[in-house]
Amino acid sequence: MSGRKCGKQTVKIDNVRVAASAAIVGNKEAEGPLGEFFDITLPDSEWNETTWEKTEAKMQREAVRLAVVKANRRLDDIDRVLAGDLLNQCISAGFGLRELEIPFYGIYGACSTMIEGISIGSMLVCGGFAESVAAVTSSHFCTAERQYRNPLEYGGQRTPTAQWTVTGAASAVLESGVSVGDIAVTHITAGKIVDMGVKDANNMGGAMAPAAYDTITAHFKETGFKPSDYDMIVTGDLGSVGADILVEQLKADGIDISKNYNDCGCMIYDAEKQDVHAGGSGCGCIGSVLCGYLLKEMRKGRIKSLLAVGTGALLSQTSTLQGETVPGIAHAATFRMIDK
Amino acid sequence: MKYTKQEYQEYLEKKSPNSSLIKDVLAAFLVGGAICVVGQAIFCIYKNFGGLSDDTAKTAVSITMIFLGAFLTGTDVYGRLAKFGGGGTLVPITGFANAIVSPAMEFKREGYVMGLAAKMFSIAGPVLVYGICASAAIGVIYYICGFFTGGAL
Repeated sequence: MSGRKCGKQTVKIDNVRVAASAAIVGNKEAEGPLGEFFDITLPDSEWNETTWEKTEAKMQREAVRLAVVKANRRLDDIDRVLAGDLLNQCISAGFGLRELEIPFYGIYGACSTMIEGISIGSMLVCGGFAESVAAVTSSHFCTAERQYRNPLEYGGQRTPTAQWTVTGAASAVLESGVSVGDIAVTHITAGKIVDMGVKDANNMGGAMAPAAYDTITAHFKETGFKPSDYDMIVTGDLGSVGADILVEQLKADGIDISKNYNDCGCMIYDAEKQDVHAGGSGCGCIGSVLCGYLLKEMRKGRIKSLLAVGTGALLSQTSTLQGETVPGIAHAATFRMIDK
Repeated sequence: MKYTKQEYQEYLEKKSPNSSLIKDVLAAFLVGGAICVVGQAIFCIYKNFGGLSDDTAKTAVSITMIFLGAFLTGTDVYGRLAKFGGGGTLVPITGFANAIVSPAMEFKREGYVMGLAAKMFSIAGPVLVYGICASAAIGVIYYICGFFTGGAL
């Protein structure tokens, strides 16, 4: 094996840094434990728009704008934007970014889209196909509920394993060139679709945990890293049920991540006070926690190395109604603070 | 992971917390019972003070309860009540009103025809279809039984 390939799933990335990142969240997320770290909090669920779909599109657009400004760039300087979301035909990306006039690739990895965008963006920059790439994603509680579940005012109860869709948009700008003080993307592990036959669409953490397990196992095997090589390992939105399964299953293989592991779905809300059952979910979950909190902590030097694993459930309303199982996907990216 | 699909699902079942049955049943009983008490109180008022006959009062109570269900849905009260009461808010006629009004409110943005009107029945539609079919079937059985019992059933 030669060049940048470390194995079937993992590639080594050289000379790519996260130039800036930005996160926009809703009220509930701002009231959570990480509230102070997000760049913008929506005043309400609409943000001066007439539909929630328009709100979510605006969130993506503003997240890109903000990240680009923070990177000291103009929109013109961005060579490619990679974007996706949960809505049918990824309309938040398509409508949100149309006026930015940046060459656009739509991507979809359900709630793993943030890491998928960073993965492809890093490869584009590393390969010399672009100087500057923005990756962006979003989710909105109200748009996701009406698409996947019931109208908001419909009276019903959620199961204990159900998760709460994060209202959040996040963007990261990737650029070539790494120097001291920068956050570099060093390794990318692409996930396989893993389906263990779970049919309960209200237990997505349980359905996605095997995919996270598969990708993390491949990552450690192909890079030769150990969990202790990371200050922190996070998954996207396994929630309390899926996170517990992941730790237990990796431990059974002799990989102990219990000391430095957390799940963004468990970090973004206070599960006791905010009534979110098993935790947060949605593209905006790992998106806003990574771009709003974790990358900022890295810049401050509090986290030196981070493995971020985006997790997605590749289901739709149609597949659920037709009794299909829930296929899971997980993509991983290594971030390292360059301190010498 | 050293599990087959079947084994994983059994493992997941064990790892997933269940709803508390006693708490849910009790909440449903209290909330559902309270809604019925309200209905009964309105019935008594209509009958004793409104001067309505039994049958007319029953119809008037249904209409009033549907209005209340719709009103409380529009004011964001019914959803909160249902979060606590569960089946207790689903079964009474107010729950039916909630199932019609909530999609009507939500999908108004997709237009009055293909949004509001079409989506209005997305939750309650199946109840109507099978409810009407079942009542028609029972009606036929009732009619046939009438031949054997001489009309007395």
